Amino acid sequence: MKVLVSVKRVVDYNVRIQVKGDGSGVNLDGVKMSMNPFDEIAMEEAVRLKEAGTAEEVIAVTIGGDKAEEQLRSALAFGADRAIHVKVNEEVSPLTAARILKAVFEKEQPGLFLMGKQAIDDDNNQTGQMTSALLGIPQATFAGELKIDGNKATVVREVDAGLETIEVDLPAVVTADLRLNEPRYLKLPDIMKAKRKPVETVSMADLGVEAAPGLTVTKTSPPPARAAGIKVKTVDELVAALKDKGLV
Amino acid sequence: MPAASPYYTPEHESFRDQVRRFVSEEIAPNIDAWDEANTFPREFYKQAAEVGILGIGYPEQYGGVEVPDRFYGLIMVEELSRAGSGGIMASLFSHGISIPPILAVGSEEQKQRFVAPVLAGERISALAVTEPSGGSDVANLKTTARLEDDHYVVNGSKTFITSGMRADQYTVAVRTGEAGMGGVSILVIEADTPGFSRTPLKKMGWWCSDTATLYFDNCKVPAGNLIGPENMGFISIMRNFNDERIALAAQAHGLAQCAIDEATEWARERVTFGKPLIKNQVIRHKLVDMQMRTNAVKAYLEQLVYRVDQGESPIAELCMLKNLATSNCEYVAGEAVQILGGAGYMRGAKSERIFRETKVLSIGGGASEIMKDLASRQMGH
Ligand SMILES: Cc1cc2nc3c(=O)[nH]c(=O)nc-3n(C[C@H](O)[C@H](O)[C@H](O)COP(=O)(O)OP(=O)(O)OC[C@H]3O[C@@H](n4cnc5c(N)ncnc54)[C@H](O)[C@@H]3O)c2cc1C
Repeated sequence: MKVLVSVKRVVDYNVRIQVKGDGSGVNLDGVKMSMNPFDEIAMEEAVRLKEAGTAEEVIAVTIGGDKAEEQLRSALAFGADRAIHVKVNEEVSPLTAARILKAVFEKEQPGLFLMGKQAIDDDNNQTGQMTSALLGIPQATFAGELKIDGNKATVVREVDAGLETIEVDLPAVVTADLRLNEPRYLKLPDIMKAKRKPVETVSMADLGVEAAPGLTVTKTSPPPARAAGIKVKTVDELVAALKDKGLV
Repeated sequence: MPAASPYYTPEHESFRDQVRRFVSEEIAPNIDAWDEANTFPREFYKQAAEVGILGIGYPEQYGGVEVPDRFYGLIMVEELSRAGSGGIMASLFSHGISIPPILAVGSEEQKQRFVAPVLAGERISALAVTEPSGGSDVANLKTTARLEDDHYVVNGSKTFITSGMRADQYTVAVRTGEAGMGGVSILVIEADTPGFSRTPLKKMGWWCSDTATLYFDNCKVPAGNLIGPENMGFISIMRNFNDERIALAAQAHGLAQCAIDEATEWARERVTFGKPLIKNQVIRHKLVDMQMRTNAVKAYLEQLVYRVDQGESPIAELCMLKNLATSNCEYVAGEAVQILGGAGYMRGAKSERIFRETKVLSIGGGASEIMKDLASRQMGH
């Protein structure tokens, strides 16, 4: 089985995000960028499937500018066999990403498409679902556990009410949640080997994909600063304060 | 993300990310408890070996991880420093001073026995040169080894030995010949050798690193444990000094940056007289001075790492680098504690620990006075 894994270059989770003064976006100058943490989990799962003999080949794909190659190299250091870089310099909406990933999927014909449940930059949580819908294949989102058995996958999903176990036919899109696994530390020899692994570069035109219209970011603003809290001495005081605010 | 640099590639940065994550997940949450307990779990050596940091810079055939240049080692030390503990580095990497002589002049059999298990995190290795009668004057060491049939009989003692209580094997400098540097040999002495004993020492800092005095009382060591030719040990010990001094300077630099980061964070959060501490020019200027001097240390450090990597042996400059880096760390730690005020005097603050730990950096691996003397001789004064 071939496993396709999508990875995205995002602002590192340790960075304190600063919104640009003119509201046109967030400041990315000199900001540390990393692989989306949920994609790292998806990568780890794919590599484990390969190590277990369930998968024969792991292919990483990213959509982004020149620098996104750094994240592909990390994916290759994890253990991906090769990578596909869809070069796009503009912001990509979830629907555009899904169209691109659909095209890559059709070209590669993997048995499983692993993705992160969402990217921590925009937190859209849409691309996996849209990709599966466009492809007309099953989806199992928020995976906390994944078992492959022949051409079926059993996925324990982390849902609001708790855990839900479903079975899907393969090929399917599975999106990784936080507890699916704990990604390994990349070892220096693997980082070095990744340098020599093949990366294929394609454009949206090569894939015959057009950007999806309909989504424009009009303004970016920081969340409102939180006002200081107050301390209450008794439950009565608490209830009164909540009533006062119309909360109970 | 670092600005353009002639020294670092994307692979260096990728490696840095991994060490940083290891330090923040595996060391930082535990280091206070380890320091208070005066030790850290022995299994941690294995864990560090498994993630591939214990063997950085050593040959692959003995379980090491070969690197294309010394900047990987530098990155590793600097990232490890972010936990704010020199002690963990001193013990976890006590093989950094004790196995290079074995690799340089030992036999294949000795490397398999005394290097491979150490790089696998299965055995702990220490270097024993310093004696109660003196450490700076290495050429005058007094511990003797007398060859009798197929073994050496060792008598004497060593002190201030890092990993001294836990080590399974010691790379020991002994006198086998005439007085002075021409009579020094190296023996690997295992901890279970009859006639060997050890006692722990309590220290100002480096608490999680064990330190000991070692005693050799008619200790019978197999002749096969002689590393390199007899009476040629002095050079093998000296040969590793360049790298040891770079490592100590890197640690001093990393710890200084760690103290600056803590002090900056504190100055932002702490409110006095109705405004954050950092709004006072006095405090801001302190932080700038600390960073300015630390940046100079960094620039000098990187330049010398580059030159050593190119095959140069700039001994005088390495001595000066060590002194510059360690004295800067002492200055920065003092200022950081000052900015933290009472909190900087309390256990739990990184600056408190760094303040206690910085002194050893200007004593071990060649004390500052010895470094100046050596630099001065090298410069032909
Ligand atoms: C925490 C710790 C861990 C250590 N770990 C190890 C280890 O693992 N293995 C090991 O072998 N050693 C170890 N050492 C020992 C260390 O290398 C020595 O302490 C160091 O070499 C200095 O030797 P000394 O302490 O005997 O001081 P001395 O040599 O007695 O010197 C005392 C002072 O006098 C100065 N001085 C000496 N001679 C001169 C001179 N001619 N001119 C001017 N000034 C001079 C020195 O600079 C120093 O300031 C460790 C030390 C410490 C504190």
